[in-house]
Amino acid sequence: MSKIIYVDNAATTPVSKTVFEAMAPYFCELYGNPSNANIYDIGDTAKKAVDKARAQVAKAINCSPDEVYFTSCGSESDNWAIKGTARALFSKGKKHIITTAIEHHAVINTVEALKKDGFDITILPVDSEGFVTAQQVKDAIRPDTALVTVMMANNEIGTIEPIAEIGAVCREAGVWFHTDAVQAAGAIPIDVKAQNVDMLSMSAHKFNGPKGVGALYIKKGINPQNLIDGGAQERRHRAGTENVAGIVGLGEAIELATSGLDEKMKQEAALRNYVIEHALAIEKTQLNGPKDMSRRLPNNANIGFLGAESESILLFLDMRGICASSGSACASSDLDPSHVLLAIGVPHAVANCSLRISFGVQNTMDDAKTVCEALEEYVPEVRRRSAIWHVNG
Amino acid sequence: MYSEKVMDHFSHPRNVGEIENADGVGEVGNPKCGDVMKMYLKIDGGNISDVKFKTFGCGAAVATSSIATEMIKGKSIEDALKLTNRAVVEALDGLPPVKLHCSVLAEQAVKAALSDYYRKQGVDPEPIVGKVEDECHACECGIE
Repeated sequence: MSKIIYVDNAATTPVSKTVFEAMAPYFCELYGNPSNANIYDIGDTAKKAVDKARAQVAKAINCSPDEVYFTSCGSESDNWAIKGTARALFSKGKKHIITTAIEHHAVINTVEALKKDGFDITILPVDSEGFVTAQQVKDAIRPDTALVTVMMANNEIGTIEPIAEIGAVCREAGVWFHTDAVQAAGAIPIDVKAQNVDMLSMSAHKFNGPKGVGALYIKKGINPQNLIDGGAQERRHRAGTENVAGIVGLGEAIELATSGLDEKMKQEAALRNYVIEHALAIEKTQLNGPKDMSRRLPNNANIGFLGAESESILLFLDMRGICASSGSACASSDLDPSHVLLAIGVPHAVANCSLRISFGVQNTMDDAKTVCEALEEYVPEVRRRSAIWHVNG
Repeated sequence: MYSEKVMDHFSHPRNVGEIENADGVGEVGNPKCGDVMKMYLKIDGGNISDVKFKTFGCGAAVATSSIATEMIKGKSIEDALKLTNRAVVEALDGLPPVKLHCSVLAEQAVKAALSDYYRKQGVDPEPIVGKVEDECHACECGIE
């Protein structure tokens, strides 16, 4: 197998060598249980490692370390924030949740589950680039609203939502505000204070950390109920022996990603812009998501190639060692077109022809060029055999 | 993932194209669902002397239509009508379960083209070819 060009970094990212090396000792040597910190050394070492990671996360998003809770993944963080809020506020008569039409399934399916428990759900529509406005949120808030949950940035089309404005509206109304920042953490700057966020989910594997570990920020004074009951870990809020190595990895990874964030964003944006420019030069293509690049994730390009079905393009790219995706990795095992593309008004037939290319720290301009050359070669080949592509357009 | 046979037919599809003044043309599927197959037949003396296809769809859709053209080219109409989706799947050394509907579409595309041939002859195709599902109900995607 020749070199792989991995441009599906919105699905997951390779673990950085630095992160891996930081994690390594916590498997076979420093395997102590942080809950035994008071007795022997390796327990104490493990606890200190978890504390350090907590401080690293806190610094990255501008909160206090005791507002950071480690979880098993982004989905758990989303479930905890949403179900925990629902359970905490239901008895106070708050039975309404507001979200958007383009959330990740970890949020959509969680609020849908609460619907069965008697919650009323408002799903805000988004505009043609995926944006929701603070005014829409304000208009949707009711006296019985328990929670507003709006993603910080969309995983498929890269839309960066106006989180600070939405947070301000929620705070004014006294409604808890959660944001799924799984795609944003490590990709764009986050400041939970400036952005008026009450709860924020992140997942390590999206920013060159390991899979199987996430975090939830919960602002002091916001008290969602526990999702996982049991032992006293995470200050009695999230039971289960800590994934010490994973947590160490998350801490190192978020520190790495945020310490060089400006440079990383510039580098990824250059590759994104190159791909968008060259892909759009192919006839009958369209950009899905924001056209204003300052409101789009620096690493995200999502392009529709009319008449060329996306899986066919991906198979050709794969033959060249290029790994891209046709939308969200979570949805690729079913055949339904992306709910995000449909929500921004992309017709089914175009949604089925859309590719997502997402860059990461390991990608170079050569990668972007190879991707474009492959698209220039294969899109016409896929169209040549397409029953809905006609030579004259 | 796909078998080598599927990838071979996907990367080197046989009989891609259109036939001008074809004796029968069949189109099945729906761009909304992500699969449209169009099949063109040239028929001489009850035999399929030439066949071409164009497919909008995934790798499996391209491969099933490609191999279906190979399986009916040079055959009699009677033999072509016996082509089943199961035979298409077997000839490709299997398909992932979520892609089985593509083989149904390939069978339906052949039948749609033969139905068109009979209609052009002024013959009601249904007693011979049977009912052709020209929309991809087989995929049960729920999209209308």
